[in-house]
Amino acid sequence: MSLSAKDVEKVARLARLRLNETDIEQYAAQLSQILDYAAILEAVETEGVEPMVHAIELANVWREDEILTSLPRQQALQNSPAQDGKHFVVPQILDAS
Amino acid sequence: MSSTAATPINQLSMSEQLQRLQNKAISSVELVDATLAAIETHDGSVGAFLQVYPEQARAQAASFDERRARGETVPSLAGLPIAIKDNMCRTGDTVTCASRMLHNYRPPYTAGAIERLERAGAIVVGRTNLDEFAMGSSGENSAVQLTRNPWDLERTPGGSSSGSAASVAARYVSGSLGSDTGGSIRQPAGLCGVVGLKPTYGRVSRYGLIAFASSLDQIGPLATDVTGAAILLEAISGHDPRDSTSVDVPVPSYSQLVQQPLAGLRVGFCPAHFSEGLDQEVAQTIRQALTLYRQLGAEVKEIALPHADYSVAAYYLIAPSEASSNLSRYDGIHYGYRSDKFENLADLYAASRGEGFGPEVKRRIMLGTYALSAGYYDQYYARALKVRRLIRRDYDEAFQEVDVIAGPVAPTTAFRLGEKNNDPLAMYLSDIYTIGTNLAGIPAISLPAGYSKSGLPIGLQLQGPAFEEIKLLQAAYMFEQAAGVLERKPGMVGG
Amino acid sequence: MSYDVIIGLEVHVQLQTQTKVFCGCSTAFNPQAPNTQTCPTCLGLPGALPVLNKKAFELAVQTAMGLNCEIPLFTKWDRKQYFYPDLPKGYQISQYDLPFSRNGHLDIPPATDGDTPIRVRILRAHLEEDAGKNLHDESGRGAGSMIDLNRAGTPLVEIVTEPDLRNAMSARRFLEELRLLLVYLGVSDCNMQEGSLRCDANVNLHVHGPDGTKIPTPIVEVKNLNSFRFTEQAIEFEVARQWEQYQKTGQTIHDAPKVTRGFDPDRGMTYALREKEEAADYRYFPDPDLVPVTVTEEQLSLWRSRLVESPASRRERFRQEYGLSLYDAQVILDQGVLFADYFEQVASQTKDGKQAANWLTQEVQRVLNDRRWTLTEFPFPAPALGHLLSLVSTKKITGKSAKDVFNLLVEGDEPEVVTSETIDATIAERGLALVEDTGAIDMAIADVIGRNPKAVQDFRSGKQAAAGALIGQVMKAVKGADPQSVRERLLKQLEG
Ligand SMILES: [Zn+2]
Repeated sequence: MSLSAKDVEKVARLARLRLNETDIEQYAAQLSQILDYAAILEAVETEGVEPMVHAIELANVWREDEILTSLPRQQALQNSPAQDGKHFVVPQILDAS
Repeated sequence: MSSTAATPINQLSMSEQLQRLQNKAISSVELVDATLAAIETHDGSVGAFLQVYPEQARAQAASFDERRARGETVPSLAGLPIAIKDNMCRTGDTVTCASRMLHNYRPPYTAGAIERLERAGAIVVGRTNLDEFAMGSSGENSAVQLTRNPWDLERTPGGSSSGSAASVAARYVSGSLGSDTGGSIRQPAGLCGVVGLKPTYGRVSRYGLIAFASSLDQIGPLATDVTGAAILLEAISGHDPRDSTSVDVPVPSYSQLVQQPLAGLRVGFCPAHFSEGLDQEVAQTIRQALTLYRQLGAEVKEIALPHADYSVAAYYLIAPSEASSNLSRYDGIHYGYRSDKFENLADLYAASRGEGFGPEVKRRIMLGTYALSAGYYDQYYARALKVRRLIRRDYDEAFQEVDVIAGPVAPTTAFRLGEKNNDPLAMYLSDIYTIGTNLAGIPAISLPAGYSKSGLPIGLQLQGPAFEEIKLLQAAYMFEQAAGVLERKPGMVGG
Repeated sequence: MSYDVIIGLEVHVQLQTQTKVFCGCSTAFNPQAPNTQTCPTCLGLPGALPVLNKKAFELAVQTAMGLNCEIPLFTKWDRKQYFYPDLPKGYQISQYDLPFSRNGHLDIPPATDGDTPIRVRILRAHLEEDAGKNLHDESGRGAGSMIDLNRAGTPLVEIVTEPDLRNAMSARRFLEELRLLLVYLGVSDCNMQEGSLRCDANVNLHVHGPDGTKIPTPIVEVKNLNSFRFTEQAIEFEVARQWEQYQKTGQTIHDAPKVTRGFDPDRGMTYALREKEEAADYRYFPDPDLVPVTVTEEQLSLWRSRLVESPASRRERFRQEYGLSLYDAQVILDQGVLFADYFEQVASQTKDGKQAANWLTQEVQRVLNDRRWTLTEFPFPAPALGHLLSLVSTKKITGKSAKDVFNLLVEGDEPEVVTSETIDATIAERGLALVEDTGAIDMAIADVIGRNPKAVQDFRSGKQAAAGALIGQVMKAVKGADPQSVRERLLKQLEG
């Protein structure tokens, strides 16, 4: 499995990570190496094995539909890099991000 | 050297500290002051702490002392200073995950485990360094500082709970909290010569633990000895309705039960744990540990974990996949770092994340994004989850035969800082002995088993069945008592 | 050349819970106070975790049962990953390959008596969390967008139909029937102004080729239609646009990918949304923070047995059992489940559905509208109205008197609750009971005829209107006489 610089750029776009030329080159090599190593999994017989998503397999964990106290607005916004006292503020949103 | 009157009180074991607090031989203010003084003296060179809360800690200590003086009933850990890894939320603190992304992040709520810890009376003295977002095995991925191993300042303390292990090894505190996703408590505990326990998945609330890989993360204790780990585990365990994966099973009184001898203990070992790549001194020490168990009357037998060799590969697909998703929330919009080099919204995301995350975090986000992307999901992520189940089944079968599985924690003793910086795969492979535990969701403990010729600690790992932490603690305590490993301390603290 | 229109809908319905689907924040619509209904979980803060709202799941299952869906015994939650400022976690908790329900249907009722219903298959319905709201700067000065996360985490059921709709009108009527069903089930208030029901429409054409083949044109998804009328308009516009486009370019589904468009209600037009560079890759995977939900057959049959009767079934019963026209049945159903219940109580008491329907759609609705009452505030309980209408059908009082009694008893700011006794007392008090003593009536007629020779003369010479004055005098003389009967007897005497 060899990842090209183009593959890496595509993944970086998907992950919203700005990378420079050197990063891209390095990640292409390192990710290829790791994925090559991961290929050992192909040798494992997994026919009929259910994927294991959770470490401990529970079901039906609920909460009742009861209102809990929300955060004061000031606390909701306290970590925002830009806010107007009422909202989070971001640069003008275009039709698609 | 045993604990004498000359031993600084911060260097006493947790149970001794608690006993002296209880019978008022020492005050909590004295203990906190001793801790703060030790940090002041040594942490410039060790670098375990990212933040220390001297005023707050002294005030809390004074309040417990007053309550004790008035004869009030105080909780079991009242006045005990504890360090926590800087990835657990507490209202009022700045929580950074050792990342530029969260350099100024102040959570408006407190983690479930920290709530329990504080309700038990423990005093959070400070926040410890870690690999950024708990991703790493050496602490070198911290965007803030290096943490050094108190046994040898040129070497790594391990990671990612680097500061939590180093702060206990340096005897600032008798215990700390770390988090373990693939060995992040046990490996640094092993490299730093302290005890570290990764609980069963669901034993301790993850609510308020800043997620790395949700299906693998678990908070657990580190301490100078097994009893300390038992005391802390008891304080933080229990069901939390705010965490859907928290399991509602009773919490045994670990602190009361830990010193009870285990009759008829069956200790398993797996040949796969002694394969190539394992340092000869480490292998030797682990074999001696097995011999000691035999001498203590345990039955020691070989067991098989046929899929153990696949654990690193499965882990390094599952954990980064979850991480790539968990870390999507750091987008420079609602909190965290926002770049000023952007032209539009898409740019704002990419720039903020590109600048806010360090290289290892980005590497794992890239890896996970790739593994989950269209066309690769089945090949990588889904296949890894199937292998995960096979690994779990191996453990289930092994625990039909034995009570605990003993083996090394890490392939080598503490390596030199900078040694594995440019080889991520080599770094990942050093997690080989600890990762299976997280994939299977079972508990494991790491404790000092001996020392290399050059004087570096070597850790022994015991793995056990789900929710059988008590067996691990009792088996570990048996060993600790017989092996006499507690006598040694790092030279810097007078060992 | 001609074509078929192929339409499939994706409808997002907000469930009527007190709290959000994965946290305890209120779901109240509150745009005046942005970012006041949030917590670490719905803000997506580091370390915060979701816990499923049981009620949301139950309402979702009821919705699916109302849509005749299969409910699998196992379902789970997945993360749908994309970056947008109204999505604070960078992923939406949704359901991917194992939704909680699939394979249902909803019939569009016939438009007029005699027509047949149109079946629309439901592919699936899944439960997910809503995003927050982006408020765009309208000034055009590029000051930035503002984000309100009050709505983030509100439970939504997304209902996906098969492409079974063939015109814009049916799409609208499907939505109307769906809304009626959801309101009857009590799972959603379907308030479109508040965004409780939103729709995306997938539209394309199957052009009939010269050789009888059908050529599908590229699919267009029109997003975020927040009214039924807009949905209809948008589809109509799209059909015309796509036909024109096809004639111009000849592009088929194989030549162009699915595109998304928005709808501008002011201009009645759809417009292209900016295309992303690459096809969306949502990287769905199971949410490790949430555990699956399993249900048993027993639980499902219990829930099914408690399910409210669907409007479709009621509509049919109203026609069969009470002889209503489709129109009358619909008018009653559209007033809501309480009104329909009220109708059934009255109609089953009086055994005259038509009469009950007329009264409800005229008198009762008029009063409810005038007084701005809900049915629960209405002082006339169904048994009382039933009693009143029975008096009319058994000719104890006239229809006119019944209306007088009715109006009298609902007068005032806070009228007392009406009973059969208060009705009877009012009738007695006002002397409205019909007199059945024909002897007294005949005597009065004879008397009036004797005293009005001029009018009698006029009538006999063909002036029918002259009878009216005579009837009036008889009625005055015999209070409570049935005017119909007076008229009949008078004419008999005049002609005799
Ligand atoms: Zn919330």
